[in-house]
Amino acid sequence: MSENPTHGTNGRGPAALVIGGGIAGIQAALDIADAGFHVYLVERSPSIGGRMSQLDKTFPTLDCSACILTPKMVDAGRHPNIDLYTYSEVVQVTGEAGNFHARIRMKPRYVDPEKCRGCGLCAEACRLAGRVSSDFNAGMGQRAAVYVPFPQAVPLIYTVDPEACVYLTRGVCGKTFKCKDACTAGAIDFDQKEVFVDVEATTIINATGFDVFDANLRPELGYGAYRQVITSLEFERLASASGPTAGKITLDGTLPKKVVFIQCVGSRDQSLNIPYCSRVCCMAIAKQAHLAHDRLPGAEITVFYMDIRAFGKGFEEFYDRVRHEGVLYRRGNPSEVLRRGERLVVRAEDTLLGEPVEVEADLVVLAVGIRPRADAAELAGMLGLAQDENGFFQEAHPKVATVESNRPGILLAGCCQGPKDIPDTVAHAKAAASAALIQMAQTQKAMVTAHAAN
Amino acid sequence: MTFTPRIGVYVCHCGINIAATVDVRKVTQWAAQLPGVVVSRDYTYMCSDPGQALIQNDIRDLGLNRVVVASCSPRMHEPTFRAAVSAVELNPYCFEMANIREQCSWVHPAAETTTQKAMHLVGSAVAKAALLQPLEQRQAPTTPAALVIGGGIAGMQAALDIADAGFEVTLVERTASLGGHVGELDRTFPTLEATADLLSAIVERVVHHAQVRVLTEAEVSAVGGFVGNFEVDVRHGDETEKLKVGAIIVASGFDVFDARRRPELGYGDYPEVITTLEFEKMSQGEGWVNGREPKKVVFIQCVGSRDQVLGHPYCSRVCCMVTAKQARLVRERLPNAQVTVFYMDVRAFGKGFEEFYDGARGAGVLYRRGNPSEILRRGERVVVRAEDTLLGEPVETEADLVVLAVGMTPRADTEALAGLLKLARSSDGFFMEAHPKLRPVDTAMAGVFLAGCCQGPKDITETIAQARAAAATAMVPLMRGKVTVEAATSFVDEELCAGCGQCASLCAFGALSLHPTKGVMVSNAVLCQGCGACATACPSGAISVRHFTFDQVMAQIEVVADFRAPQLSVAPAEVASSS
Amino acid sequence: MLQIEALPITQQYDLFACIQCGKCTGGCPMAMKTRLNPRSIILRLLTAGDGFDLEGREELWDCTTCSTCSSRCPKKVNPMETIIGLRGAFVEKGRVHPNVKTALESTFRQGNPLTMPRDQRGAWAKELGLKEYTEGTDYLYYVGCTPSYDPRAQKVSRSLVSLLQKAGVDFGVLGNKENCCGSEIRRLGEQGLFEMMVEENGETYKGLGVKKMLTTSPHCFNVYRNDYPKNGMAVQHYTQVLAGLIEGKQLEFGGRVEKTITYHDPCYLGKHNSIFDEPRAVLAAIPGVTLVEMDRSRQKSLCCEGGGGRMWLEGTNPSVRLAQMRVKEALEVGAQVLATACPFCLLTLDEAVKHLNADDRLQVLDVAELAAQAL
Repeated sequence: MSENPTHGTNGRGPAALVIGGGIAGIQAALDIADAGFHVYLVERSPSIGGRMSQLDKTFPTLDCSACILTPKMVDAGRHPNIDLYTYSEVVQVTGEAGNFHARIRMKPRYVDPEKCRGCGLCAEACRLAGRVSSDFNAGMGQRAAVYVPFPQAVPLIYTVDPEACVYLTRGVCGKTFKCKDACTAGAIDFDQKEVFVDVEATTIINATGFDVFDANLRPELGYGAYRQVITSLEFERLASASGPTAGKITLDGTLPKKVVFIQCVGSRDQSLNIPYCSRVCCMAIAKQAHLAHDRLPGAEITVFYMDIRAFGKGFEEFYDRVRHEGVLYRRGNPSEVLRRGERLVVRAEDTLLGEPVEVEADLVVLAVGIRPRADAAELAGMLGLAQDENGFFQEAHPKVATVESNRPGILLAGCCQGPKDIPDTVAHAKAAASAALIQMAQTQKAMVTAHAAN
Repeated sequence: MTFTPRIGVYVCHCGINIAATVDVRKVTQWAAQLPGVVVSRDYTYMCSDPGQALIQNDIRDLGLNRVVVASCSPRMHEPTFRAAVSAVELNPYCFEMANIREQCSWVHPAAETTTQKAMHLVGSAVAKAALLQPLEQRQAPTTPAALVIGGGIAGMQAALDIADAGFEVTLVERTASLGGHVGELDRTFPTLEATADLLSAIVERVVHHAQVRVLTEAEVSAVGGFVGNFEVDVRHGDETEKLKVGAIIVASGFDVFDARRRPELGYGDYPEVITTLEFEKMSQGEGWVNGREPKKVVFIQCVGSRDQVLGHPYCSRVCCMVTAKQARLVRERLPNAQVTVFYMDVRAFGKGFEEFYDGARGAGVLYRRGNPSEILRRGERVVVRAEDTLLGEPVETEADLVVLAVGMTPRADTEALAGLLKLARSSDGFFMEAHPKLRPVDTAMAGVFLAGCCQGPKDITETIAQARAAAATAMVPLMRGKVTVEAATSFVDEELCAGCGQCASLCAFGALSLHPTKGVMVSNAVLCQGCGACATACPSGAISVRHFTFDQVMAQIEVVADFRAPQLSVAPAEVASSS
Repeated sequence: MLQIEALPITQQYDLFACIQCGKCTGGCPMAMKTRLNPRSIILRLLTAGDGFDLEGREELWDCTTCSTCSSRCPKKVNPMETIIGLRGAFVEKGRVHPNVKTALESTFRQGNPLTMPRDQRGAWAKELGLKEYTEGTDYLYYVGCTPSYDPRAQKVSRSLVSLLQKAGVDFGVLGNKENCCGSEIRRLGEQGLFEMMVEENGETYKGLGVKKMLTTSPHCFNVYRNDYPKNGMAVQHYTQVLAGLIEGKQLEFGGRVEKTITYHDPCYLGKHNSIFDEPRAVLAAIPGVTLVEMDRSRQKSLCCEGGGGRMWLEGTNPSVRLAQMRVKEALEVGAQVLATACPFCLLTLDEAVKHLNADDRLQVLDVAELAAQAL
């Protein structure tokens, strides 16, 4: 489907607008499109894929995340019924159920999508190659000012980062644009402007995802102070084949020998006003502990926890397996992390031993909780949606209506409504698709009836 | 005109999933000089956009007519690559996969022998590819109707969604009433609202929906056909009704663990010991056990779950919250009662759950970590023996009411239903979804979907979400109006067939029948699932399965069993690495 | 046997909220050297049934009330207050260490726990010509018992006075009329005496119309700010006042202090009240100072064992002293001066330096003393 339509309105029957191109948005879009309806899928970053594209392997099957995600990404990118708007944002929504008008702002990539072949010569040539912190790599890796977030991006079109590019921030790029010179397709275009597209939709699905807890808010755990304390998301990037170390779990080239994982950082914590459980971290850490065990032969791996929430299909069995492999689970919520020489020491009470313990570590991984996106309130304002007391979008009823919001015609899918793992997210997104399909089928029927009556 | 195969071979690294164990470059180079191979490439993720583009460009530019991708299991990405080659007008059955991941890199250590095995697998795929024939995929229209098996909350929700979308739904429930296990609950967590209110709202909608037909005291007795065109027999009373539907949703629910299987807990011996389900009934006003208000109530988690000895190693997911809810209710109704919960982990993971758990403790419920070992009689009461693992001491707690949080189990009749619908089961005994992440509501049988606890323990929120997900997935073929029928089906060589019927007796799908006049067997291409049982049994070698013909399979076996350097009857091919 | 009823304590301190995660014990400085285990105590109270036996639980007197436990608890349980509550039970039964008895009686009689005569309280300021606080004076400078009577700590009070005078701050003192704030009394479990003191002191300040108070000690600061009823009186620790004066350019330093200094966060400033930056700002403003940080800084600061009545109690393991560990940490980080802003920290760290014979390598000085050196 064309990446850059100049107008995106109808004549095609009822359409859905899906805001957010992570797995929730992609799944909802695919189901609606497969059923024969039109979908506008809007994603703010240069590629769809979302958080799932940042994961290495997924629990409990240890499927590689990219393997199960990229085919869906490709499907969404090529589906005749899906109009994909990446590097775009919805800036205004008016109207009501059955008749929404949305304005999409297509941010300028400064790269012509019709010409770019995704070859990467511009990024190699860029003056800032290797010097711009990569968001996709959670700050663990570097890239150039012109980039694709990861090699399997959909669409595979380069984007110039307006906050990093020397020309865009300072007005000059040496004597000549290195990127332009390197590009054999003539795709770099610094005159590109933002484009606004107006679309009409019967229903809107909010699939805008989540952020993670800022571990700086728990300073006694040493994040930010000690290089060897990282978050679970950063660990995920280290462990990924597409990450900054090509899957080698290392911070400086040497392999850690003592790894300590700490659960519930920024979850189940009333002192931070974050009383809820983030649901996925027990299993995510079990998976990461397994990966660490796999890739760091002979390493001592410890997980400090309060409760192990291995509740889903295959989860308890996976938790059994990881313990069998020799990962040591110690019950206790660590109080602080201190430096001891070259290493770190984690102080906790092992509540089952009933004694305080100090465990040495050369890598500490904090299981950071799932938080609403920093701009959730803005989005709530634009869509007229209510937020719950934790900042996630409020569902119409916590048991029987978790995809409906307080606003008729606007549905919720995935983690923007509350923490979920991938299977839960896919089910939730499909449920949202079901609700959308019902509305769209009813709208279509009404349209047909009206048309026949004329 | 003889056919000259022009084969493209694509070896996937799958990130490091294959590349860390198999020398993919070596495999690529080796494949380049196999007979018929025109080009051999490797890439990090073949299933991605750029990976697929490599194949498509070569088909166009190099005139490839057969494609081999060496990567993961075909169950993962065969449809992906078939679609990719179809998009550039190469017949999807001219594509073959070599599984060098699940069958090679994931099960062997990195070694020379592992790379050699990958080469064997690729070689056999190339040999087969050279013999593949294009096949036409047919389209069949779908019946715009659905069948939902099970009238609990999952079945009802799925039925409502499909009906709201405009299709006819038949809801078959084996008991006399709708509602399933949810109908037995007093209140739900974390809102503590009366379940009856939630449930009756849904039941009302179902019963009054113009598009939903409810058959109670009814059972499905036979299922035939295929996606979009199922033919189902439903028995109710003395009659058997025949239905035609386009999609089937299985929402048959669960059973509870029989607590007598843990005799040391005294269930069945002591009247003071009941299950959480019995507590729900009691809670709805049947009066306290033994007619007395209890003063000391003990709840025991994980009875029949997380228990490898009993063959139930899985977690039943809902019991931590059910217990928290019930414990809290006891404290609210009997403020002077001591309420203790014995647990191993408190799994309060969902929205509002942790806060509810905080509330239960705030209401005075005492949580003690330890899995009780036995319950004994002590006078008028019973005593629960456990270790409080945080105190590090054995403890004895008196109780006049003990509530066992019994786990969910697959229904006793799961086997029968599985047989009817050809459903697979996971190791925990519940129905198995096609893929836990990619396809959580599909089964391996196209057109048959799963909703609710029959697929695994869930609470009401998750059940409803999954039921709606199943409805969405079922709606897709119904809304499209047509389905694509798999082309790799059996066919009969009429010259060789003696009409003995051995094949038909083996066919689980009823796809083979005797031609009325010719005296030979006929294969129904839409019913046939391509399993190959008939082909192996036929004494005359008269039946073959398309895409798995005798020649094709033998070519594969020859490569794998008798590995020798292939004859260089064609010019060595272009070798390129695109990573 | 020293049985008490567990249920009232469990309810008063909402112990059912506890999920036994162990974060309290894991961070407790006294758990590093004694049997003190806040989590275990809470569990024993919860499961006590008929009664909780205080007999043999001497470790309850080891607690320094540093509040590491309470500040980190994810379920808002307050183990520290629970321990103070249990101390109260000891006090009610008359089972207190003689040192504690003496301190309590002295406070009752002489208005300070140090057994010093009431009429000597203002003596340290005799030559300084300080104004007596009257209604309308801007600040009440609340000196505190230790900074009034202890010779070492008096240097801090004098330094602070010179700083305030140089900055032109309008302040007054109570002289001999100043009465103990009651902080340590409460933390020793003597709730009854504490409530009397709150009432008495409250009336004094109300009668004088005190609107702004600054204190030498973080303990006094904390109790007036958080434990006394809200009475319209704004309480600050002196480092906050100095930091404000420096920023407003009312206090400027003409001299230099050429030293490498590391700052020890007092528990009652840092962990209790999240005041980490102001003392550092004052030190950083002194010309010539090089500030280095110990690993255990800010929220992880290592308690000196001076609070919670520990100035009068050796505890169950006197052979290991956290103050000595702290001094070693300062030396390791290359400091010449170990700076602090609390009289208890000052005295315990000073003693530790002497015990380790490190006087030639490390000086313990209060922030006020250092600032005054640079005037």
